[in-house]
Amino acid sequence: MSAADTGTEAGPAAEAGTGTGAAAGPPGPSGPPGPAITTCGLTKRFRGGQLAVDDLALAVPRGSVYGFLGPNGSGKTTTIRMLLGLIYPTRGSVRLLGDPVPGSAARVLPRVGSLVEGPAFYPYLSGRANLARIDAADRTADPRTAATRIDASLDRVGLLGAAKKRYRAYSLGMKQRLAIATSLLQPRELIILDEPTNGLDPQGTREVRGLIREIATDGVTVLVSSHLLAEVEQICTHVGVMRTGRLVFQGTLDELRSMGSRRIVIRTAQTGEAAQTLTGLGLADVRSADGEVSAQLSDQAPEHICRELVLAGVGVAGLDTPRPNLEDLFVGLTGEGFDVDG
Amino acid sequence: MSTAEVTAAPPAGVAGQPARSPAAVPAWLRLLRSELRLVFRRLRNLALLAALAALPILLGIALRLAAPGGGNGGDAGSAFISQLAGNGVFLAFIAITLMIALVLPLAIAVVSGDSMAGEANLGTLRYLLTVPAGRTRLLAAKYVAIVVFGLSACCVTVASALATGAVLFPVGPVTLLSGNTVPLGQGLLRVLFVTLYVAGAMAALGAIGLAISTFTEHPIGAIATVLVLAVVSEIADNIPQFAVVHPYLPSHWWLYFDSLLRTPIATADMLHGLLSFGVYAVVFCAIAWARFTSADVTS
Repeated sequence: MSAADTGTEAGPAAEAGTGTGAAAGPPGPSGPPGPAITTCGLTKRFRGGQLAVDDLALAVPRGSVYGFLGPNGSGKTTTIRMLLGLIYPTRGSVRLLGDPVPGSAARVLPRVGSLVEGPAFYPYLSGRANLARIDAADRTADPRTAATRIDASLDRVGLLGAAKKRYRAYSLGMKQRLAIATSLLQPRELIILDEPTNGLDPQGTREVRGLIREIATDGVTVLVSSHLLAEVEQICTHVGVMRTGRLVFQGTLDELRSMGSRRIVIRTAQTGEAAQTLTGLGLADVRSADGEVSAQLSDQAPEHICRELVLAGVGVAGLDTPRPNLEDLFVGLTGEGFDVDG
Repeated sequence: MSTAEVTAAPPAGVAGQPARSPAAVPAWLRLLRSELRLVFRRLRNLALLAALAALPILLGIALRLAAPGGGNGGDAGSAFISQLAGNGVFLAFIAITLMIALVLPLAIAVVSGDSMAGEANLGTLRYLLTVPAGRTRLLAAKYVAIVVFGLSACCVTVASALATGAVLFPVGPVTLLSGNTVPLGQGLLRVLFVTLYVAGAMAALGAIGLAISTFTEHPIGAIATVLVLAVVSEIADNIPQFAVVHPYLPSHWWLYFDSLLRTPIATADMLHGLLSFGVYAVVFCAIAWARFTSADVTS
């Protein structure tokens, strides 16, 4: 794609152009194929003495959709603010797309779209005027294409119909989408979305998820934070889990899953005998419920357990080995309470 | 980081990034235009300007009804009032003299106190900074917008006063405070210089407001602080016991434009005034810059 093309093309078409080099890794126009985000020993202690982020080592691979998880108050937003140069770290360093932040913020941030801690706009301006204001602040933006780029990003988040409406009159979902639209004004290599589904109804949450998926298929790296694993589980390739300012897990979703042990669930009328058999087989954590017995599946094959059950005279009506519940794993990592514990 | 922002090359062509075509409007002008639009399309600010236009009209009507001429000649204000019956141009000086005490500083306090604190309060500051607008660049655009608003406020006041004066009073060659008479054209030129001088005073106050505005997320608090500072300075300026600090008070030189209405013009006082405004503007812009470029934006 030539330079002139990028300047004049707008919206989705232009976005697609940046997708090169992401997941596949050919060193395209997105620069060196290193990680999209790395932090090294990133620490933030606020003036009150509160340690919000403690020795954080994030590694967000290019082309990934990285779910940045943790309960409210675990330091996600503070981290994101440091990534974007809004807050200066007490210690440690940040590299976005290979460039240090805040040192090279002016150079790298135009390639990064972001939504930080909920939407924030001028209530007395229309959605379109608000985007125009944001675009006017971008010294890399071409004013001649501003109108088309603004309308294209409004269109992409489904707000073109409400472009003239004042922001004050927007619903929460529309405000959230307008905030996402700001990150789509330019072709980006990385998009950072802080709690993009916060306060949305299930319908709105689904819309935002669909939008993130769409952005990611263009090859753009996406970091999306949430305090609910279920909200991002379906779209993430990688996750990082925060707890009281520290990263307690980082890796692919499969790696997270493999941390949990699978269970075997048997549906039967003879719960008592079934439980006895399972215990006899040496399975741990045997639990009986109404017409159902479950136990932790160790290295024994399910078919072997089934045969043993049948041999013991248990009528097996059904047998399942469900995938471990990510939510349980997540809660195990972050602690039961969703309150701040630090 | 601010040095990086100021000196960093435009991102075009950096690290294989496709260069964007040169902008039709320079980027700094675009941000400034956006700032001005924000200030001048805000209903509250327009209401302020409307009030600044209305007050000289009310003043003119009141003075017309009160049959001017009985001034005691004590200070500049009453000296102007005694001249008004003979020439409507003096309504401009009367309006400025009265309004610089509170109304003009109020208008400047609102816009400058709101400048950064308002963005922080709405949360739009974090969006602007992640664009990235650049902290120094945003601050500069804000200050220029404040200065332009201050100039507009002074111009609106004077224009309204001149128009009202022309309607309600005779207009002709201007008799100066020193007794000699200059043609109307030259009189109006002196009115223009007075307007610019007062705009300079307001620009200095605006710098104070900008600096205060970078320390808080509450625009109302910042606005109130600027206004209180202005009033306290004016009060202190009237307490003889504080005479030693008078020349250093931000409001001390505000009324020294009356030498423009004498011949020969006594430039020394006005130059002192302009120097004071300049020093205040530079010092407080520097404070604003030091604070804003080093502060964590947590709003």
